[in-house]
Amino acid sequence: MLTIRESKKLWIGCGVGLVWFFILLWPLLGVTPEGLEFGKTFKVFGTVAVAVVFIMLVYQIKEAGYLDSLGTPMTSVTGAIGQLYAKTPRWLLLASVLACALVFPLVTGRYAHDVSISVLIYICLGLGLNIVVGLAGLLDLGYIAFYGVGAYTYALMSLHFGLSFWLCLPISALTAAIAGCVIGYPTLRMRGDYLAIVTLGFGEIVRLILNNWMALTNGPNGILSIPRPEIFGWSFKPLWSMYYVILAIAIVTIVAVYRLNYSRIGRAWEAIREDETAAELMGVNTFLLKLLAYATGATFAGFAGAFFAARMKFVGPESFTFLESAMVLAMVVLGGMGSIPGVILGVLALVALPEMFRELETYRMLVFGGVMTLMMLIRPAGIWPAKRVGRRSEDAE
Amino acid sequence: MEFFIQQLINGITLGGVYALIALGYTMVYGIIQLINFAHGEFFAAGGYMGVILISYLAAQGLHPYACLGISLVLSMGYCALLAMAVERLAYKPLRHASRLAALLSALGMSIFLQNGLMLTQGVYDKPYPTEITSGGFEWGLVSVSYMQIFIVALTAFLLVGLNVLVFKTRIGRAMRATSQDKIMSALVGINSNRIIAITFAIGAGLAAAAGIMVGLYYGSVNYSMGFVPGIKAFAAAVLGGIGNITGALVGGLIIGMVEIFAAGYISGEYKDVFAFIILIGVLYFRPTGIMGENVDDTRV
Repeated sequence: MLTIRESKKLWIGCGVGLVWFFILLWPLLGVTPEGLEFGKTFKVFGTVAVAVVFIMLVYQIKEAGYLDSLGTPMTSVTGAIGQLYAKTPRWLLLASVLACALVFPLVTGRYAHDVSISVLIYICLGLGLNIVVGLAGLLDLGYIAFYGVGAYTYALMSLHFGLSFWLCLPISALTAAIAGCVIGYPTLRMRGDYLAIVTLGFGEIVRLILNNWMALTNGPNGILSIPRPEIFGWSFKPLWSMYYVILAIAIVTIVAVYRLNYSRIGRAWEAIREDETAAELMGVNTFLLKLLAYATGATFAGFAGAFFAARMKFVGPESFTFLESAMVLAMVVLGGMGSIPGVILGVLALVALPEMFRELETYRMLVFGGVMTLMMLIRPAGIWPAKRVGRRSEDAE
Repeated sequence: MEFFIQQLINGITLGGVYALIALGYTMVYGIIQLINFAHGEFFAAGGYMGVILISYLAAQGLHPYACLGISLVLSMGYCALLAMAVERLAYKPLRHASRLAALLSALGMSIFLQNGLMLTQGVYDKPYPTEITSGGFEWGLVSVSYMQIFIVALTAFLLVGLNVLVFKTRIGRAMRATSQDKIMSALVGINSNRIIAITFAIGAGLAAAAGIMVGLYYGSVNYSMGFVPGIKAFAAAVLGGIGNITGALVGGLIIGMVEIFAAGYISGEYKDVFAFIILIGVLYFRPTGIMGENVDDTRV
């Protein structure tokens, strides 16, 4: 329940915000060489203002307690679902999810296949980055570079040496892991934001090399006609068959990350994340384990990259920009760092949801950015936070 | 030799611009330990405001240089207001959350602002009027445009102004106090929220000036122009030791010089690579930047 004073403060703040918004919006829309114009600005401003006032009213009504009658049945329903979830055996849940995933392409169309394939690619990437950021606590802003290394490895290996996809998959993972070590090694002495900027720099370097090494990568034009995978002479031509390939890779990734998470190594990573100095004092070889985190994370990106090249039949440096790194990081943090179901939810939220707003194409990224900020404000720990997290010692004031 | 001098002049010009953007990063980082990813967008917004206002004022029949002066001031003010709004909405509620949450919020804001610019201004480059950008001196093979002189002079002026503000005024003292210890400065009566908002405003104002300069230098602006210079400026801030104002200047000049000389003598395509390699090299040997203090592990 808000007091009159609090609610007054809220409305005044809202009013000030709207005035501010008008001042920021009008010069962008209304100042033209032909003269000053207000019509366009008022149209946009009016829409936003009505939306804000509506949200404020709903908030007030909710705070005043008029929505409790709605809320009580809702909580009982969610509680019942929670109980049901807790009672059902784990294997039954997993089996039904797996069954859904297997049947999915049989009952849906091409567009759904396309979206689900990119969801699964991002799940691999997200889980890989989750090892580096979520488990080991190393902020990596250049993660997409490993994805790029994997993709280019498959593209070049298959075109120049005619190697098959299945052979290239481990090779791509290996080259990506080597790239991970190369990038990881000099950054091991750094912490926090310095680490972030250096990984960002490495990511950009890899992209620039892909963009400019004409002889090897064909520069900005990219590499065309990369072969699809084959099995006993049958090539994965239809899109739904590619779905199963990436589903298999994603399942391997999920199982591997789950096993790693609860292994000695996983615990050591978590110790490093929580307090590096303490972990080192307790006998954790932080040097080796941080390097291992980079390499393991990169391995999964390498798998995803090789698949990406095979699926698109084309690779170009444009697919490996900083924005992609930022997107993957956003998925990990939005879903909940260090939590596997969280990362999967984060991927669904950032890949599948925007697809539903395809018609609003021009506003998609605008909304994406806004939602990203909003999510952080509402749930800074992510949608499905991991159970075992503390606060990094650096965060403590 | 002429080529060298020419490159030196170009390097100083570009380095000054990077330094101005880097100052915003460094000041914000110094006070709330946040990489403000949206800072590049303030820079782009400044460039756009410059073009919009100059076109409007020129249509009213003002002298081109008067247009430039007025637009510069107004754009800086605009970006200051924008930065304060962004700070209030996206960063203030996260002051006590984890750093990654704030970082992502900043990233979201960056994407939001960039697309806002694109939606309102279109995807194509907007040219700066040529009557302002053309003209210059020539000595043999060395040529200096009026714009370069203007950029260097304005950069120097803004840097001196900032130095006076930070080291000679009450607000500057409050800023320094807040960046050292928020709780203690609050105890002596400094409103830290207001100081943080002012810091954001100043940083964005400098970025806006840099945006106009880049617009003048290259002759046009684009909605996505904030990203690459933003990253390089951040690299410059880190290179100089983040949180350190002189460091931002030094870092900016180094990055600008490296970029121009690498483009001139080694390879134009890889110029950005060299900037990042220098950054990584410096950080490898001095993990807190050139002028950074050796803070203990828990603060870095």
